[in-house]
Amino acid sequence: MRSLEDRKIVILGIFIIIGVTYLIRLFYLQVIDETYKLSAKNQALRYVVQYAPRGLIYDRNNQLLVYNEAAYDIMVIPRQVKNIDTLGFCNLLGIEKAGFDLKMEEAKSFSTYKASVFEKQIPSSQFASISEKLYQYSGFYIQKRTLRKYPKPIASHVLGYVSEVSPTNITKDKYYRKGDYIGISGLEKEYEKELRGKRGRKVLLVDVHNRQKGSYKNGNYDSLAVEGDNLYCTIDRDLQEYGEQLMRNKRGSIVAIEPATGQILALISSPSYDPNLLVGRDRSDNYNNLVANDTLNPLFNRAINAQYRPGSIFKLVESLIGLQTGIITTDTRIKCNRGIINCHGSHSNDNLVEAIQHSCNPYFYQVYKKIIQQGKSNSIFKDSEIGLKQWHEMVTKFGFGQKLKSDIPGIGSGLVPDVNFYNKWYGEGRWAFSTIYSNSIGEGELGVVPIQMANLAATIANKGYYYTPHLIKSISDSGRIREEFVTKNLTGIDSKYFDPVISAMSAVVNQDGGTARRARLDSIEVCGKTGTVQNKDRPDHSVFICFAPRENPKIAIAAYVEYSDFGGLWSAPISALMIEKYLTGEVTNKAKEQRILDASFLTIYEEK
Amino acid sequence: MRKNNTIRKNIDWFTILLFGILVFMGWLNIFAANYNEENASLFDFTQNYGKQAIFIITSLLLIFIVLVLDAQIFSSFAYPIYISGLILLIGVLIFGHEIKGAKSWFVFGGFSFQPSEFAKFGTALALTKYLNDLSKTAQQFKVRFTSILILLLPAGLIMLQPDTGSVLVYVAFIFVLYREGLSGNVLLLGISAAVFFILALLVKSTSIAIPFGLLLEGKIVLLLSVLTILGVIYLLFNSKKRKLLFPLLAIFVVISVYVFSVDYVFDNVLSSHQQDRINELLGITFDPKGAGYNVNQSKIAIGSGGFLGKGFLEGTQTKFNFVPEQSTDFIFCTVGEEWGFLGSFVLITLFVTLFFRLIFLAERQRSNFSRIYLYCVSSILFFHFAINIGMTIGLAPVIGIPLPFFSYGGSSLWSFTLLLFVGLRLDAERKHVLR
Ligand SMILES: [Zn+2]
Repeated sequence: MRSLEDRKIVILGIFIIIGVTYLIRLFYLQVIDETYKLSAKNQALRYVVQYAPRGLIYDRNNQLLVYNEAAYDIMVIPRQVKNIDTLGFCNLLGIEKAGFDLKMEEAKSFSTYKASVFEKQIPSSQFASISEKLYQYSGFYIQKRTLRKYPKPIASHVLGYVSEVSPTNITKDKYYRKGDYIGISGLEKEYEKELRGKRGRKVLLVDVHNRQKGSYKNGNYDSLAVEGDNLYCTIDRDLQEYGEQLMRNKRGSIVAIEPATGQILALISSPSYDPNLLVGRDRSDNYNNLVANDTLNPLFNRAINAQYRPGSIFKLVESLIGLQTGIITTDTRIKCNRGIINCHGSHSNDNLVEAIQHSCNPYFYQVYKKIIQQGKSNSIFKDSEIGLKQWHEMVTKFGFGQKLKSDIPGIGSGLVPDVNFYNKWYGEGRWAFSTIYSNSIGEGELGVVPIQMANLAATIANKGYYYTPHLIKSISDSGRIREEFVTKNLTGIDSKYFDPVISAMSAVVNQDGGTARRARLDSIEVCGKTGTVQNKDRPDHSVFICFAPRENPKIAIAAYVEYSDFGGLWSAPISALMIEKYLTGEVTNKAKEQRILDASFLTIYEEK
Repeated sequence: MRKNNTIRKNIDWFTILLFGILVFMGWLNIFAANYNEENASLFDFTQNYGKQAIFIITSLLLIFIVLVLDAQIFSSFAYPIYISGLILLIGVLIFGHEIKGAKSWFVFGGFSFQPSEFAKFGTALALTKYLNDLSKTAQQFKVRFTSILILLLPAGLIMLQPDTGSVLVYVAFIFVLYREGLSGNVLLLGISAAVFFILALLVKSTSIAIPFGLLLEGKIVLLLSVLTILGVIYLLFNSKKRKLLFPLLAIFVVISVYVFSVDYVFDNVLSSHQQDRINELLGITFDPKGAGYNVNQSKIAIGSGGFLGKGFLEGTQTKFNFVPEQSTDFIFCTVGEEWGFLGSFVLITLFVTLFFRLIFLAERQRSNFSRIYLYCVSSILFFHFAINIGMTIGLAPVIGIPLPFFSYGGSSLWSFTLLLFVGLRLDAERKHVLR
């Protein structure tokens, strides 16, 4: 029998086996397996998003259009919600128990250990009382957010609104996380990248009871939020506000542009809405109200997207093309033959200026005929194709029939029919001037959006070129602006041809018998052109484009009032009030102003 | 004075060094586990680490007393010390303070004392004395019986508190008995019983589909496997000289009965939270929020340490109370989290070196008493070490016993110090034979 002393080998062997087994196990736990490191982070670190405040938006005179107000989201980490007094919590937030359960389920289905928004956008007024007691409810904490706030309830279509990101936004752009805000329309959408700034992150240590224990690694893993860039808008806040007042109880739009720069001074679409409605906790209710319950569709931006026939204002374009192509001269007189197309007023053999002044339909019928049928082919069909092609090219250079490369999302293109269009419509070789003559007076297949009409007024004011109408004149204080906004767009019409047209436009306003005498101002020479777009069995749309003063124009306007009456009656005086307001800061003719304010054209017509 | 010089010369300074390192490391980790930036004084006596500093200083006093005492005293007073330990254990059942459902503590004002820690020391002395006096091997039945009685008395009293963890520590003495002559088969039997206990539980709720749409219960599969192995042994080793048929059959019958009784014992003898902990340990259930919470948190803390650890005072899991009992039973988590695998390696190496050193000391004794006692010391410390660290890394059931010299607590630090230094005191006298 071996000595008992040898038994120490067995005992030492057991010591070694246990020691080595533990070391192997520890090596596995600590070095190989990564899951514990992750779990440790998940439970001891809290990643708190530092939301960057969105950039502010100022008007052209540095008056605020949009600023931010603090709001507070109540966040929940479902895993950490333990033994809380649910009823007390519901009372604190003023919610129902059923709502609590629903929100908890939602949060859990997103993640049990990641934070979800439990209650959105608690206003500052309630924040204090809630934050005081929130520590009693483990798993809940407060996340500071900012909400958009508008000092005046104006320019909602220009500014647009922000909303929480959708799953599609998140897939499209990796920057976004659940709960982020994103611009949905207007400037908020167009300048989203500049406005949003950069999200920051704070890493905090929390203990088992979810109490904060200071920052992780002295904040080495924190990143600061970077505020969004401020935007300096071309809009004149006072003019915008005034225009919105004038357009109250009317459908339509006013677009005012500074001709020398293309800066949009006012962009009014009526009916409008208070932008404050689309912010905060009642946002979705208000939104649904605006969409579903309002047949006037206040969210629709008519100024950039409502396509109308231009009516008589298009005669200005026809005149310029006629002059440039040499088809007519200022002396060309044409008989007012009302057999083919009717006319109004007493005139019979106008020259160009008189024809514009009287808005003579037969005159422009003939001009258009000469443009389309130049006799370059024996076939009238072929000939019309050649003529229409040239006309289309020239009209397009005014910015019609295309989306202006502006900074307003959702801008409409309008329509300038070309050869293809009619070939599809009627068939090749089956149309000629006689088929399409309505275009001559801005009717027919032509379609324009109001901002294009205002751009036409600005182009005439500039005598032949325009800068793309735009809303932002500087991103942050840098003076940075998009390249295309400082690039001249030439119409290809010589500036000398604009003089007779401008004279005629002045006469339209300032001579007795002009169609726009209501646009006359005592101290300022306004040049304009009325238009009346006829609607069957309904009042006409009233159109007016103008600029002022005649020398060195400062403002060009297009006003469009749906279903009101002929152009001189409503659009012209509205434009004049805008001009006076902008150029002098004060409106002198209070009676004229009151007449506009009192007018209402909101009758709903059945769609036909 | 001459005597003190001899002690200084003969005492095992290497063990004292290991002891010193462990105590110091323990204190640092208790400090880290309770560290609070607003309240960072090293000797704040309202905090665990401040109190532990006092316990350490008082244990130095204890060491001094042990070293100046005559070594003979421990042999002479072995039974009185054992009996006073038993009296304290009875006393605590009557006068003890109930904490977490167990009457394990005497509380006098701000001071508390856990007699079960002291009883281990007494039991070690008594067992040593008994085995030494007989100067017989532990193979004899009577010796075996009396030895077990010496262990069962304190263990039974502790069971009444109840404190299962401290009871299980008495299993450690099996190493001592083995060294002193207990048949190796007993050790083997113990290990086999444990293995089959685990296997039986693991297969409890499993079954295997076999052809003809029948299901074989897990236990049947287990027993069929055992039968196959025994069959192979029979075929390989059976000879005319060695008739194996009946022994093997007997083994099979015993195993079968045992396997079927495990279920019964498990369901009817163990308490439900003990069942949960064992199920959790064996991976039969996974409930990181319930029964498995402690171990899961402990593994997270240790696992998150990585190779180099997060650095001193940089642990988040222990400091912020994710790990329960982080100063006492789960103190190893702080080592794992802040010092990483490297720290764990150092700690385990230190402990295993200590156990080896104690066995080495034991075997160099001329006196049986000293040898047996040092084996007791080594076994008790090893058992604590194995269970304590094993539970933090999910290799042993959660049994609340402290890590020697490391865990926070006066009773345990004093008891372990006493246990160890009595051993060292005896070793310093190795040239004399104690009676
Ligand atoms: Zn006419």
